[in-house]
Amino acid sequence: MNDPTDFPGDRGGRAPSALEVRGLAKTFERPAVDHLDLTVRSGEFYALLGPNGAGKTTTLRMVAGLTRPDAGTIRVNGVDALADPIAAKRQMAWVSDEPMIYDKLTPLEYLEFVAGLWSVEQALAARTSAELLEWLGLTPHANERCEGFSRGMRQKVALAGALVHDPALIILDEPLTGLDAGAARQVKDVLHARVEAGGTVIMTTHILEVAERMAQRIGVLANGRLIAEGTLAELRLRSGRGGSLEDVFLTLVGESAAA
Amino acid sequence: MSTAADRRRPSPISPWRLFAHEMRLSWRDFQGMMTAGRRRRFPVAMAILAAVVAVLHLPALAMVGRYAQVGVAPDPSTLFSATLIVALYLSLLLSQAMETVTRTLYSRGDLDLVLSSPVTPTRLFAVRIVTNAVLMALMAVALIAPFVDALIFAGGPRWLAAYAAAGSAGLIAGAVAVAVTVGLFRLLGPRRTRIVAQVAAAVIGAAFAIGLQVSAIMVYGGVSRAVFAASPAMLLHLPGATSLLWLPARALLGDLPSLAVVVGAAIGLLALTAAVFSPRLGEHSLAASAIAPSTGHRRRRAHDFRVASASAALRHKEWLLLRRDPWLVSQTLTQMLYLIPPALLLIRNFGSSSGTFVVVVMVLVSVGGQLAGALAWLAVSGEDAPDLVRAAPVSPGAVTRAKVEAVMGAVALLLAPLMIAVAFLAPLHALAAVIGTGCSAASTILIQLWFRAQAKRSLFRRRHTSSRIATFAEALVSFSWAAAAGLAAAGTWFALASVAVALLILAGVKSLAPRTVDA
Repeated sequence: MNDPTDFPGDRGGRAPSALEVRGLAKTFERPAVDHLDLTVRSGEFYALLGPNGAGKTTTLRMVAGLTRPDAGTIRVNGVDALADPIAAKRQMAWVSDEPMIYDKLTPLEYLEFVAGLWSVEQALAARTSAELLEWLGLTPHANERCEGFSRGMRQKVALAGALVHDPALIILDEPLTGLDAGAARQVKDVLHARVEAGGTVIMTTHILEVAERMAQRIGVLANGRLIAEGTLAELRLRSGRGGSLEDVFLTLVGESAAA
Repeated sequence: MSTAADRRRPSPISPWRLFAHEMRLSWRDFQGMMTAGRRRRFPVAMAILAAVVAVLHLPALAMVGRYAQVGVAPDPSTLFSATLIVALYLSLLLSQAMETVTRTLYSRGDLDLVLSSPVTPTRLFAVRIVTNAVLMALMAVALIAPFVDALIFAGGPRWLAAYAAAGSAGLIAGAVAVAVTVGLFRLLGPRRTRIVAQVAAAVIGAAFAIGLQVSAIMVYGGVSRAVFAASPAMLLHLPGATSLLWLPARALLGDLPSLAVVVGAAIGLLALTAAVFSPRLGEHSLAASAIAPSTGHRRRRAHDFRVASASAALRHKEWLLLRRDPWLVSQTLTQMLYLIPPALLLIRNFGSSSGTFVVVVMVLVSVGGQLAGALAWLAVSGEDAPDLVRAAPVSPGAVTRAKVEAVMGAVALLLAPLMIAVAFLAPLHALAAVIGTGCSAASTILIQLWFRAQAKRSLFRRRHTSSRIATFAEALVSFSWAAAAGLAAAGTWFALASVAVALLILAGVKSLAPRTVDA
């Protein structure tokens, strides 16, 4: 895993926050997110981990403006996302585990549509789309309808859609679910390059090896609360045991459940 | 040689247990359909359904009560009318049965489970064919119940035979649907059959009713004459009262020997269908579930990359998605078939008094409203990437506006030719039609917005299950605006009363609409 102080967004000293969440709460039949405080620095790859039902997806959906919180504040690059959701959304992209694309559109038409939604300048959108399709190995399929695409190809189209408007913050909810090794590698490469270029990535995943290898900081959620946060080394210290992230994660979650 | 272990192994599931399993799944499906997935509501939903059915008996009595005394050996004219009713009902049932068979054939569902079990596919699909047919028979009986009850009330228990005749029609529809769909499958292959069968189902359902109206218009110049009545000229060419052609009609009217023949024929046809087609249905199901939509032949010509504004992008996307989905086009535009009779009426009555066009105005307004409701469901509830649209930096109001514009644009485009034709012949009627269609379409779109419930576009046929209130309200409000436009076109102030009814319906529906609780 990388050194936590090594990320590109941290240009000498403390990086500005790409995301600041304070007192975020959401209750469905039971509290899903329980007065959560979370800060993600600009240019950081942040992995949000937690057992099923911990509140990861609900948290990220609230940040992306897809679910309204019951309480709390969300600031995206200093913009109050609840007071001015349009300005906040302009800087963000959301990719869910289930690729949300249109079967009857081609990847190129899909990117055209997304570029329209985010008001991307025509020439820039055309150039970026071509680059993204090439990068993700989709160029040969650029003019085919998505309806026959495999899950990996669909997820790559969704990821291209998320990147076509050059967002400062990318939020991904289990983006690697169901992908084969090749497709997963391409997605990880794209995300890595994004962070290298100064972008911020927040990702939930159950594949702990991915978090271990890619994330600069890791947050562990349980019962809607952040029970631990830090680099892998810090989490090892906090859990009082060495080993892999899986060992650390299970210890932390086990302690939280017992408490 | 069988081993002791083989002898201890229980025999595979019996056809009866398979049938019971299929019926249980169908019952759960029905419960889900009645309650939009909230099973606790089922008793209330059934109570409401029972009340509605009970109320329906009154208009049914008014409609068919006078025919209750028709004898079991009636004249050819009555037999002709009864035969047409049977044929019309059969076409509706066949349409529904083909839809069900296609769905069964193409849904993967439990196919892997059952085909990997020791049960033979032939047995399984034979049971599925029978189950579908039995369900069609039950539906046939349920739909006709208020009318048959009214006839029994007014004419005596002889009319109980109509239930058996209706059930037989359901069995026949179920059997024929399997034969037609498998035939299409062998003729066109798995990829094309799905769309062709579903389009055929939609067209069959509407075609017979429309065909009758068209015949009436061509023969009598209008639909005001009883459609089911044979003309004197036609009576001369009809076969005698003892002809086998009248067997279904006789069965419907309570002639027991005829009924026995019809019931026997229906059961025999179903048994034959199950025996002949069940082995092939298994193979076809596997082939159908194995196909993925192709990419090769859908490769599109490379086009210039054009970025539009958010609203234009949303509108363009809606039209593109609709245009590229022949199944949705067929499902949505079936209602357009109902414009054929008024179009013929226009042609047939060219140059006659403008009073003729009142019917045309009413049909246009009603179809416009229904069409807008269906398209609005696709654009609003059937959005395939709701999170993408909601995560975009576009206000919800702007998204809604763009989608409404897309729907209104499509409705305007589809109705424009007939509207223009009316405008040439009767400008004031055309004005009433345009205003009425606008109000009707706006009303049904509003209802869809109030009752939006995210769903896959492929569930279009089952959209009504998400809210029965919205479904009834859409129909009622369309008819109210149609009546208002028709009355306005006829030059009577009673149109205002109908406008008031439409607005009252809208207000009532708004108060019943679920509150939006999330972003």
